[in-house]
Amino acid sequence: MSGGWGGRAWVLGVYAFLYVPILCLIVFSFTAGEITTRLDGLSLRWYAALARDTELHAAVLLSLRVGALAATAAVVVGTAAAVILVRAGDYPGSRFFLGMMSAPMVMPEVVVGLSLVLLFTHPALAILGGRGVAAIWVAHTTLCTAYVAVLVASRLREMDRALEEAALDLGCPPLKVFFVITVPVIAPALAAGWLLAFTLSMDDFVLAAMLSDPGSTTLPVLVFARLHHGLKPEINALATVIVVVVSIAVLLANRLLLGPPRAAAQPSAARGG
Amino acid sequence: MRAHPASAQGHGRFWVGLLPWAWMLFFFVLPFALIVNVSLSTPDLAVPPYVSPFAGTTADGAPAFRPDPASYARLGDELAALATPGADRPYLAAYANSVLLAALTTLCCLLLGYPFAYRLARAPEVMRNTLLMLVMLPFWTSFLLRVYAWMGLLDSSETGLINQALLGLGVVAEPLPLLYNTGAVLVGMVYSYLPFMVLPLYANLVKLDLRLLEAARDLGARPATVFLRVTLPLSLRGIVAGSMLVFIPAVGEFVIPDLLGGGSVMTIGRSIWDDFGPNQDWPMAAAVAVVMVVMLIAPIVLLHRHGRRAGRGA
Amino acid sequence: MCEVSLDIGEREIFALLGSSGCGKSTLLRMIAGLETPSSGRILLDGEDLAAVPAHRRPTNMMFQSYALFPHMTVADNVAFGLRQLRPRMARAAIAARVDEMLELVQMRAFARRRPQELSGGQQQRVALARSLAREPRLLLLDEPLAALDKRIRQQTQFELVGLIRRVGVTCILVTHDQEEAMTMADRIGILSEGGLVQVGTPGEIYERPNCRFSAGFIGETNLFHGRIEGDRLASSDFPQPIVFAAGAGASPPSGGEAWLSLRPECVRVHRRAAGDACVAEHPGENVAAAEVAEIAYLGGRSIYHLRLPGGRAMIASVPAAHWGETAPPARGEPVRVSWPAPDGVLLLR
Repeated sequence: MSGGWGGRAWVLGVYAFLYVPILCLIVFSFTAGEITTRLDGLSLRWYAALARDTELHAAVLLSLRVGALAATAAVVVGTAAAVILVRAGDYPGSRFFLGMMSAPMVMPEVVVGLSLVLLFTHPALAILGGRGVAAIWVAHTTLCTAYVAVLVASRLREMDRALEEAALDLGCPPLKVFFVITVPVIAPALAAGWLLAFTLSMDDFVLAAMLSDPGSTTLPVLVFARLHHGLKPEINALATVIVVVVSIAVLLANRLLLGPPRAAAQPSAARGG
Repeated sequence: MRAHPASAQGHGRFWVGLLPWAWMLFFFVLPFALIVNVSLSTPDLAVPPYVSPFAGTTADGAPAFRPDPASYARLGDELAALATPGADRPYLAAYANSVLLAALTTLCCLLLGYPFAYRLARAPEVMRNTLLMLVMLPFWTSFLLRVYAWMGLLDSSETGLINQALLGLGVVAEPLPLLYNTGAVLVGMVYSYLPFMVLPLYANLVKLDLRLLEAARDLGARPATVFLRVTLPLSLRGIVAGSMLVFIPAVGEFVIPDLLGGGSVMTIGRSIWDDFGPNQDWPMAAAVAVVMVVMLIAPIVLLHRHGRRAGRGA
Repeated sequence: MCEVSLDIGEREIFALLGSSGCGKSTLLRMIAGLETPSSGRILLDGEDLAAVPAHRRPTNMMFQSYALFPHMTVADNVAFGLRQLRPRMARAAIAARVDEMLELVQMRAFARRRPQELSGGQQQRVALARSLAREPRLLLLDEPLAALDKRIRQQTQFELVGLIRRVGVTCILVTHDQEEAMTMADRIGILSEGGLVQVGTPGEIYERPNCRFSAGFIGETNLFHGRIEGDRLASSDFPQPIVFAAGAGASPPSGGEAWLSLRPECVRVHRRAAGDACVAEHPGENVAAAEVAEIAYLGGRSIYHLRLPGGRAMIASVPAAHWGETAPPARGEPVRVSWPAPDGVLLLR
């Protein structure tokens, strides 16, 4: 299988499998007809429809807002969790904490969604305000915190502890060390974590659908409803816009995050003595 | 005289830990306890639609615990009815379907993803990041819209893209019923979960010391032997991690069976969704969820072990 | 870590020398406040530092990895400690001090660079400037040259000592490299298994080691194990009891276990004719017949691996001039080894 042509064909085949469906979506977004899988002439009419679709605009705005808020909260909670995971060592409950932090990543979404619905509709917890935007935000923050924690923890493990010790040694108080040394050094991981959390939140359907009330329709909830009520090439137009935006964002993020090498932040040689 | 790192002391760490501990306990662990609680409740026409086992009081007015095992009893009855042919066992069928689908998805992802990840790990170093990014790119675009793309490809009418192609080439005379069956769901699942298999496999294979393979070749092993006796055992961790990352969430998948399976493919995810939504039987939904999580504990522990060991070995 | 009692004088360069894992870095980190001793005191000018957190201690450390902040320029790295001072230092004063420090280590031209753009030696100099900027009362160096290439290490040792002496700061340095310790330090403390086994100048430790560990750690040595019988050491390794010169202290107890350490350059090697009896020419001399097993030619001198009659190996370092016009003995040739009693050092542990 390491052989030349067979292997290369396999790789190309897998890429085709990944990209042909997306290319189809894009091609048929330019149809002039009503059918989502046939090019009945070329037009931009579905993009025009997209531009007039106020219901969709509201859903996009809500998703962007929830995504940004959830990503920000997840970076805060997840970074704190990563610091504990990497730096607190063994303490009673440390293994439970590790399990609790990683479980949301593998737990089926319907279970997480159901459990949070039960929390938000619990008679004794009316103070939480029931289902709605805040509940979706909490759900997304919980899910994304786990991802951010894993990402930041691995960066934190690579970081040379001596950097923080040097700052302490040079007279910097511990809390300030975290903000002027640790945060800048792990900044790429924080940014990557934010972006990952934002995308996860933007993309989530199950949690948002279970926790939404009539006033809180996020983009995936709206799209899901429309997929059930007849397909229109407008959705292809939406998909094309998303693919273009995401591709540009991923390329930019790749440049920004992976671009400058940070040699000195690599792990130090084993300490003697 | 014993010493410990000075930075480990102090109360700072306690306050840092408070936020994630409190958040996860309140928004992840407590809700999960509520699922267990509700699974032992009685359905009711109220808001929320159940009567908690802690709701009643004893004769002397103290709070009482009266669990209602009816939901679990329904699952038990279906299990007992296994011997009766032709009996209706919707939940058991959903569990079996889900596990089978998840297992098939995992197998297909592995067969498709292993040679792919292997080639990727052997690609010239300058190209690897780009190739890997190309795997991740679809993952970053909307999941729902990617499933939607398959609805168009698999459509069973003559306007379905694959049917159009087959009809146009004259391979078939009538459009094939491609959508709304188990096959369609499987294709959609493999499509959606493939990156979760490729990434851990790639991460593992890229670290594989090529000199080991050369040593095996040098010692006279044929390529197939090298692969079976050296490469495969050394990448076992990647295989386990990737398989668990696909299998566990696939068991509970809801969206793909719903959109590509039509009414024909019942899974646990859909069954929970239906009991939670249209049927308004929250205790049943909770009981089904509890049983699913219990089923998933073994693979989750397996993933956790391998994850930790891989983390140490890295 | 066990009890360690140390007094370090002002403006002294003191080296803590020990193999890796002996706790020397831990000791240094305790002084810096990065580790907390469970008991004991650390006194600096009579003030106990134990309760002072790391960021308030008047000590500064140069880390093994240099720990230069990757997101700051060289100048910002050096200024970092100064910016933490309270009351605040004026901007202009900080800039002037940074300039002065970079001038001292000849790195002014690199002030705007990032640490990762510098070579290992340049990073080391920036790290030194950074730890000197706050004028610490005690400078701590953790394996200062271990991260450097072997080629530039020796030259850097001299540069570093020169700089530290110019600044006049008291300095504790930790190293596992005996050559580094002997080159740089005024005094050396040898650590073994968390305890201090000997403290002294490099010369004292080399010439008068007080235990087997010191003797073996600094330089090479021949060790003979045996029991004390009066003013001799009866060793199964040597044909006859070894004559030693008792030190200034009380004479060691007869019958006790002891070791004799003999530096290779103290061993005298002569050609031996067949039938040479090899008896001492005067009472204070140890003599034995031996055979050359291996010779390592090192230019100015040669290392002889010799075999004594019992099979025991011995090494001798012989200057090339020793043989004069005659040819030095070859491998397998018989020789006669001797040394005067005062050259051997008797060790009781």
